[in-house]
Amino acid sequence: MKSMEELVNEYFRPNRLPHLWCPGCGNGVVLGALLKAIDAEGLAKDDVAVISGIGCSSRASGYVDFNTGNTLHGRALPISTGLKMARPDLNVITLSGDGDCSAIGGNHLIHAARRNIGLTLVVFNNSIYGMTGGQYSPLTPQGARATTAPYLTIEPSFDILALAEAAGATFTARATTYHVPILVDVLRKGIRHEGFSIIEAVTGCPTNFGRQNKLAAPAMMMEWQKEHGVMKAAWDKMDPAQREGKFPIGVLSERTDLKEYTKAYDEIIERAQSGKEAASA
Amino acid sequence: MLKFYTKRCKGCGICAHFCPRGVLEITELNKSAIVPGKENDCISCGQCEMRCPDYAIFVKKEGA
Ligand SMILES: Cc1ncc(C[n+]2csc(CCOP(=O)(O)OP(=O)(O)O)c2C)c(N)n1
Ligand code: SF4
Ligand code: SF4
Repeated sequence: MKSMEELVNEYFRPNRLPHLWCPGCGNGVVLGALLKAIDAEGLAKDDVAVISGIGCSSRASGYVDFNTGNTLHGRALPISTGLKMARPDLNVITLSGDGDCSAIGGNHLIHAARRNIGLTLVVFNNSIYGMTGGQYSPLTPQGARATTAPYLTIEPSFDILALAEAAGATFTARATTYHVPILVDVLRKGIRHEGFSIIEAVTGCPTNFGRQNKLAAPAMMMEWQKEHGVMKAAWDKMDPAQREGKFPIGVLSERTDLKEYTKAYDEIIERAQSGKEAASA
Repeated sequence: MLKFYTKRCKGCGICAHFCPRGVLEITELNKSAIVPGKENDCISCGQCEMRCPDYAIFVKKEGA
């Protein structure tokens, strides 16, 4: 098992540190956990593609020495889909912010999930649009303050994992920047999973969420995660009153009975080619 | 043993908050450092390294 220092030296592109994330921003913890997971899975750098959309979190792809793309806002999944179709052998890891993935990119999310295409989607959920200054996203908790909701949001938020599962995702999991070993574990399982996997990484944006919501100290954002994240086994035994305001962490759903999309497409190719031969015969 | 990459440290205070032995503090220069007198109190638990978002503090296990 390599140390974190060795992992940073091995997987970060030279001269990219310090990174540009704010003091106490959890994005660095999520990226560090991803490096631990990729390394523990023994994947060669050339066999990994890291594709992100646009946002603070999406800057992560530019820091690391894999095949990478920092693409278009909301479009990380369509570009990852194209890549996976062209190169099904690659481990395609898609990084997206909560806004990137559930607002402008929400439609792409449900269709990538519906197809069960073999991507590993990591959603950096900091409950806010960080890069553009603190507008609320579909994952901002109801009743939170945002620059676009100075009198508090009235909109209920999505449970993005329930949404993805309902749309067809075959692996859903959640962890936080407080629960690092669990985050590494679910990232590893998500990478290993053959179909569409989504991992929600709950992370703090002290600058644009914390300051507006009485959680400005980065360590307090992690304390909040510690208090509100409940391991699935314990969650399953809780009644609705005990669950109020909390969220389950760990692997939340997994099924292996559905065909992965590029595998299904291979069969189409085979069928079409045999059809052509039959027609020309 | 603690190893600091001081240039990377942004003084967020996460390491000091989660250290179970109170070994760390944020200095006037806004950097993580060992509290004077606590040089031998680190138990190498790795709590600081695990949650530092900036890869600015690492724990070297003795003998490793
Ligand atoms: C087509 C388009 N619309 C809007 C923007 C402006 N924009 C950039 S990042 C962003 C939201 C980022 O929020 P999120 O996805 O939650 O990521 P974070 O910055 O919080 O990591 C927006 C709206 C853009 N770059 N492109
Ligand atoms: S604005 Fe928020 S999400 Fe963006 S780097 Fe700063 S803390 Fe992180
Ligand atoms: S957690 Fe890291 S960046 Fe934050 S104060 Fe400690 S060493 Fe510095």
